[in-house]
Amino acid sequence: MKPYLRFIAPLAIFAVIVGFLYKGLSMDPRALPSVLIDKPVPAFKLEELQKPGEYFTEEDLLGKVSLLNVWATWCVSCRVEHPNLVALARSKQVEIHGLIWKDDPVAARNYLKQLGDPYTSNGLDVDGRTAIDFGVYGAPETFVIDKKGVIRHKIAGPLSPDIINNELLPLVKKLREEG
Amino acid sequence: MSKIFSMLFLLSVYWSAPLYAALADYAFDTKEEATDFRELTEELRCMVCQNQSLAGSDAELAQDLRREVYDMMKSGQSKEDVIDFMVSRYGDFVLYEPPMKPSTYPLWFGPLFILAIGGIILGRTLMKKRRSKEVELTEADQDRLAKLLDNSAENQDTQK
Repeated sequence: MKPYLRFIAPLAIFAVIVGFLYKGLSMDPRALPSVLIDKPVPAFKLEELQKPGEYFTEEDLLGKVSLLNVWATWCVSCRVEHPNLVALARSKQVEIHGLIWKDDPVAARNYLKQLGDPYTSNGLDVDGRTAIDFGVYGAPETFVIDKKGVIRHKIAGPLSPDIINNELLPLVKKLREEG
Repeated sequence: MSKIFSMLFLLSVYWSAPLYAALADYAFDTKEEATDFRELTEELRCMVCQNQSLAGSDAELAQDLRREVYDMMKSGQSKEDVIDFMVSRYGDFVLYEPPMKPSTYPLWFGPLFILAIGGIILGRTLMKKRRSKEVELTEADQDRLAKLLDNSAENQDTQK
């Protein structure tokens, strides 16, 4: 072993380890890539929250870029996110659909009456079966769905103004320009 | 001694409780079915708690997914069907044992690779040691060595 290597080799190994640790520690271990990205939305049929007897299905997502927001009244982060969704809906930049995960319709209607209703349609997933098909493991989660009904992006956790303006809306704009 | 035993007993009860709870909710016709169910729910990760299996978790999602596994098994689907179902929704992460495929090669072969590097370094070091011959001392050198050793022994004695 050349003498200078004796000093450089441990330093290089140290640098590599620091690199891995730095990357590892700055990653969110709960953020998991969705396997459903670039796959069509799974088929579902959920009763509409505001129009009992009518159903929200995957066909309602065709023809325009839209968001599907998984939420529930028992979910604390959803309350944090809610004003941002209301503001986004009011700006009319993109349609937001809701998937109400294992919740009581009366509680959900009261919640929206109090805090505002940003949703174009809102499906009641009472037994959580549709959420499983979407690979949901926490709330809130937001899916970005393109015109052909294909899931293009998923954000786990509450939407902040920063995420909406810098991540979500640029993507929505890009997807609108697609054929 | 009996204290240790009672502590161990309590611990074993504590550890087995969640597994027992997962099984107790469901009825099976055969022992094999129950075993399959237990194995499946232990192989699958609870996505909410992440370091617990479906069998060991009390999270709501884990309960729902256990029910899903049970329903799929009851409708005659195989273990592979259940695993495919979970992976197609939650990704490979849902499996405790990652599948063998190009993106997981580093995971499977990384340790072997590192072991090989260690082996090469060890081998080379040993070879070098063997190659460097012992230097033969002349008689004069031997005398000097003996004297030096004596001196240092004496010095130590006087220090005491």
